[in-house]
Amino acid sequence: MSTIQQEASARANAVGNVWVRRGWPWLACLIIALLAPMVFSSGHDIHMLSSMAIMMVFALSYNMLLGNTGLLSFGHAVYFGFGAYIAMHAVRWSNDAVLDGTGYGIPIELIPLVGGLAGLFFGILFGSFSTKKAGVVFAMISLGIVGLVEASSLAFTGFFGGEAGLFGDREDLNSLLGIAYGRSLTVYYLMVFWLVVCALLMYLLKQTPLGWMANAVRDNPERAQFVGYSTTMVRFLQFSLSAFFAGVAGGMFVLVEEIVTDEAIGFLLSGEVLLAAYIGGIGFFFGPIVGAALVVYLESNLSAVTDAWLLYFGVLFIAVVMFAPMGIVGILFQQWANFRAGGWKGTLPARLYCAVATLVGLLGFVCIVELAYHYLRSWDPGRPMTLLVTTVDATTATPWLVSAAILALGLGLLIFHARPMLKRAVDAAGGGK
Amino acid sequence: MSQDNALTLSGLKKNFGRAEIIRGVDLDIREGERHVIIGPNGAGKSTLFNLISGRMEVSAGEIRLFGKPIHNMSPHKVNRMGLSRSFQVTNLFQNMTTMQNLRCALLWGMGHKYAFWKLVNKQKEVTERAEQLMEQLNLTHRRNVPAGLLTYAEQRALEIGTTLGSGARVLLLDEPTAGMSRSESDEVVELIRQVTKDCTLVMVEHDLGVVFNLADRISVLVYGEIIATDAPENVRSNKAVQEAYLGTEVH
Amino acid sequence: MLETIVFSLLNGLLYGMLLFMLSSGLTLIFGMMGVLNFAHASFYMLGAYFAYTLGMYTGFWVALFLAPILVGALGAITERWGLRHVHQHGHVPELLFTFGLAYVIEELVRLFYGTLPMDYRMPEGLDFTLFTLFGTNYPAFRAFVLVVAVVMFIGLYLLLKKTRAGLIIQGSLSRPDIVAALGHNVPQVFMWVFAFGTALAALGGVVGGIHFVTEPGMAFMMGPIVFVVVVLGGLGSIPGALIASMIIGILQTFVLSVDFSIAHIGAWIGVTVPPDHLFATVWYLDSTRIAPVLPFLILVLTLIFRPRGIMGKREA
Repeated sequence: MSTIQQEASARANAVGNVWVRRGWPWLACLIIALLAPMVFSSGHDIHMLSSMAIMMVFALSYNMLLGNTGLLSFGHAVYFGFGAYIAMHAVRWSNDAVLDGTGYGIPIELIPLVGGLAGLFFGILFGSFSTKKAGVVFAMISLGIVGLVEASSLAFTGFFGGEAGLFGDREDLNSLLGIAYGRSLTVYYLMVFWLVVCALLMYLLKQTPLGWMANAVRDNPERAQFVGYSTTMVRFLQFSLSAFFAGVAGGMFVLVEEIVTDEAIGFLLSGEVLLAAYIGGIGFFFGPIVGAALVVYLESNLSAVTDAWLLYFGVLFIAVVMFAPMGIVGILFQQWANFRAGGWKGTLPARLYCAVATLVGLLGFVCIVELAYHYLRSWDPGRPMTLLVTTVDATTATPWLVSAAILALGLGLLIFHARPMLKRAVDAAGGGK
Repeated sequence: MSQDNALTLSGLKKNFGRAEIIRGVDLDIREGERHVIIGPNGAGKSTLFNLISGRMEVSAGEIRLFGKPIHNMSPHKVNRMGLSRSFQVTNLFQNMTTMQNLRCALLWGMGHKYAFWKLVNKQKEVTERAEQLMEQLNLTHRRNVPAGLLTYAEQRALEIGTTLGSGARVLLLDEPTAGMSRSESDEVVELIRQVTKDCTLVMVEHDLGVVFNLADRISVLVYGEIIATDAPENVRSNKAVQEAYLGTEVH
Repeated sequence: MLETIVFSLLNGLLYGMLLFMLSSGLTLIFGMMGVLNFAHASFYMLGAYFAYTLGMYTGFWVALFLAPILVGALGAITERWGLRHVHQHGHVPELLFTFGLAYVIEELVRLFYGTLPMDYRMPEGLDFTLFTLFGTNYPAFRAFVLVVAVVMFIGLYLLLKKTRAGLIIQGSLSRPDIVAALGHNVPQVFMWVFAFGTALAALGGVVGGIHFVTEPGMAFMMGPIVFVVVVLGGLGSIPGALIASMIIGILQTFVLSVDFSIAHIGAWIGVTVPPDHLFATVWYLDSTRIAPVLPFLILVLTLIFRPRGIMGKREA
């Protein structure tokens, strides 16, 4: 074979590899999404999976702002909320049309699109003045807008349905495919469909001229201007498109919950999506997906196991901000890259040692928090509580001392022994390339 | 060489508070020429560039690009009208690779604007033009290196490439050889000579060797005023210039 | 009518003064460190809870001083081992850190005190009627809150204008880089300012917890409003914060106490809108329902049209 042919075939191989390399996380996610209901099959679990799909779309749309454009928003739920409310009005209108037999209404499969258009509309409306500046000014305007909207939602009861919210019925909608969406599993697959569509579109958006310039504006707004781009316009377009996807998530939410209250539009949800995206990792496309799955999982399962789940949540967030600003996916990616480059060779024991010490410390921390919740919040603190594998009395000193000892042991080992050891091992292995 | 003016500055003034930095500059840059602005430190050369490129607002006077007023326009509009600039302190997209920096610079000029319905990697013309530029800049082997990790000289070359990329007809280069060794600086001058064949160049430069080597005409800026604009040999023999500038620095 | 106006004014003044006690600390922190401290109102809440607990042992008057000092110490710890660590990553992580901190503080308060309001009351010495106007009593405690706020303002003013520390703080408000260049240990200045700012918020909490309710939601109630005050007043400007606090306090109290809607104006000039009309919701919208919207409207409008705020020297 001539060198040219060799090169050509090598390139063809490389192209194939690129598809495999880029495609496998997608394929893996899709398979997980399709098979998940077999493992998590209870009604509660299916609902959780649907919520995850919704949160993933929402968190991805949030990351179009924070991760891609560098815009920190405290009010992204506004677009989710407007999407949800208008989608709900569309559902109710279609319900009436279907029940009266006066019309076809909007088919259920397209309700998220209605939400998306609503989100886009409000994104254009609010984005037109809030994207003039980036940074803290943008963050505070977003805070002002969400406050404005949340406060108005109680004033305009006609549109927002007041404190009771708005109800709709997904079963009284026509389906394009003739499917009945009574079962929550069927709705879940509809959610997966919209998740895949939105995730793909948002992924592709990153590769367009707008997506590139969004990164450019984030990193060096001045230079972006001197290559011909208006930073305001880039931020505005990115913001509007992001609001569109947030609205789609709102429309999906309506189909799963069949009720919208002011919780869908306020501060709390805005904060939650920020937590989800950041914990997952805003520098990576899959970061917000992982973060959303984690947050929804914790919310829906941890809250049943422990009263302290919000505390754990907050502590986890602070820990990520302080020690791992690249998020969970960022850490995994870093370790993976390190492993591939052979950085683990000779340092594996030290790494494992660090991980174990951290886990031990974490265990002690969890024990103390659980004891505290039992002691301070239980009706009868003397009642025996199960902690790990044993049953203890939180009013006696022993469990406290043991927990504190575990915490001290873990942290002590980590700070004074394991980390220095890892550092030495890395240095010895040649800087741990 | 055409005698039309690419850039016209008339009665240009800039003051910061009470300090007047640019005190009435009149200057015509002819289309196609290589025009170098020299002057002692603090003469206002960088301020002049900032005014022309839209980075600062003028206090008085006007700037015309091919006859159209551009003063007090935002930088991206000035850029779209065909004027592009580089910076004295390297100003790149640090996290992007050489290739990505060049592509970003090319996008607007090649008509892709804010498009969000097509992929950058599929735009063959952009890729080809970027490759071509990279070849000219001698950066092909550094294609996938993030700009922040390039050597200083390479970053300066990329800075020029980014400035060229937008397809501007008038280029402003702010001390492109600053901080370079003699051989590096010679390479950059050669590069500038090559890439500015078809456009107008306005350049600030300290290195007089470079200046007399490259310039068609030279303007001398001293304390916010232009004291002479002429061909290199005439500037060299100009009494006022020798007193104000050359006399104090060359010896 | 006069009665309503006078009492709205008095109550608005009181609310405004409470807002000022929170926002003065925040504006210092914000103006100097550039940190939009989301947890600021949480320190206000801690002030109330600490004073409640301490008060059971030491009495109100000791707690009035001790609680802010304790909270200030917590603030110093937060800055030293939290914010300073995050500072290197830039302003966004700093913001996120305080955001997470607000979550955690609220949960810890729930853990230790539960979700129900505390029985945190004014000391008996202040539990009397100061004067009676139009047949309505004005409690002495409210006057006390005003006195505390005024003393705080004067103290702060003197501190900033007359002391060396104040000069350094003022310097770093306008040009943090130059203060560093003068050889001052900027991180340490930051720590003290953060501690001081949170202590001021806690002082607000000690009296605010009595005036309002001491419950875990109190931080969330105040948090956003305090941002509005700081932005409206202008970054780092104490007088600005005072003026903005008064504006917001009095405006909100007024809107809440007068029953008013556009329909009133309409009736006055002889225009009516039928109740089933498209604009009827807006037309008949009661001013008491507009009240919670107002601060945010002011925030957004300020940021769009005057990002410097009333007295600020720099843009946000």
